[in-house]
Amino acid sequence: MVEFNTTEGEIGVLPGHIPLTVIIKPGILDITESDGDKVAALHAGFAEILPDRVTILAEIVEWPDEIDESRATAAKERAEQRLHDRQSSTDVARAELALQRAIVRIEALK
Amino acid sequence: MASMRDIKRRKTSIQGTQQITKAMKLVSTVKLQRARANAERSKDYFNCMYSTVNSILKRVGPVEHQYLTGGTCAKKAVVVITSNRGLAGGYNSNVVKLITRHPEWTRDEVVIYTLGNKGREAFHRYGYEVVECNGEIVENPAYVDAMALSDELLRAYAAGEIGEIHLAYTAFKNTVSHIPTLIKLLPVDVKQDETEEHQGAQAIMNFEPEDVEALDMIIPKYVTSLIYGALMEAVASENGARMQAMDNATGNAEEMISDLELRYNRARQGSITQELTEIIAGAEALG
Repeated sequence: MVEFNTTEGEIGVLPGHIPLTVIIKPGILDITESDGDKVAALHAGFAEILPDRVTILAEIVEWPDEIDESRATAAKERAEQRLHDRQSSTDVARAELALQRAIVRIEALK
Repeated sequence: MASMRDIKRRKTSIQGTQQITKAMKLVSTVKLQRARANAERSKDYFNCMYSTVNSILKRVGPVEHQYLTGGTCAKKAVVVITSNRGLAGGYNSNVVKLITRHPEWTRDEVVIYTLGNKGREAFHRYGYEVVECNGEIVENPAYVDAMALSDELLRAYAAGEIGEIHLAYTAFKNTVSHIPTLIKLLPVDVKQDETEEHQGAQAIMNFEPEDVEALDMIIPKYVTSLIYGALMEAVASENGARMQAMDNATGNAEEMISDLELRYNRARQGSITQELTEIIAGAEALG
């Protein structure tokens, strides 16, 4: 099973799914195979789901061992700070995206 | 026969040139190795993106979308990837020729987006309409650079300033073989091959969100990654071509030097013989 977050919400895909194309939103990618579980932080891209396979074309994706925890934590605090003392010049969408990414990264490490 | 001093001067100068070409060859070899590793790493993604988007579009039902049907404007935008520096053999001119010698395109319907100084200079000279791009990209391409370029292209495409987007670059096959390639980015050409035709008929692709919205997001990513992949390959090809050109230059210099060496020695021998003859003749005259 492949689980990840899309613009329409989180989905889990099992073999035999109808052909579907979805756009990815930042979230945890969880691939469950018979021989184990793989987790990654998936940030952007799209996925093509076919009955016999799932192709995820990610623009940004990281395995847990590629994530720098202290950097992610710092980025989270920074983004929160920016959203907290919001000014007219603040790019809210960007800050929110940064926050989302940082949260996903920290989650993927767990 | 040229004097000994002339020959010697000439030889020294060629030796200097040879040292430069040798050094350039070494530098481009190192760069090639790095660029090649990068290109090979991104190649899988590049191919996967191409085949996936093709497979998605093959299953798309009848969708009206500007990225698929093409614009009304007759202008064709061509992204041309060349190098910033010369001494790379035919690398730059081969890519430029793809456009200038294109059987169907006329000069007026083409807008050139150049990456790399050499291409820009060539197209200016031929009198094409050239849009300036950040030429520094080709030194060390990053994904964000490709993103910025594809944003610009898609904006012009959406605004109806251009009707088609093409990409001209040098594909990297291996160290010695680089193929100038011209591909069409937009509107997307879906390859319909016989074997997959009936497969495609059975299951129509669904989209979440709606198909138009989804294509709006997928196609720019497709364009970006194709540009990025092309950049990676072009950089590898550039260094490969330069390495080859410099290798040839070094070889040619070697040949010229050995030829001059021979002539120098002959001249030296000649002058010694002449001096001896003069001395002997002088001694005979005295005796």
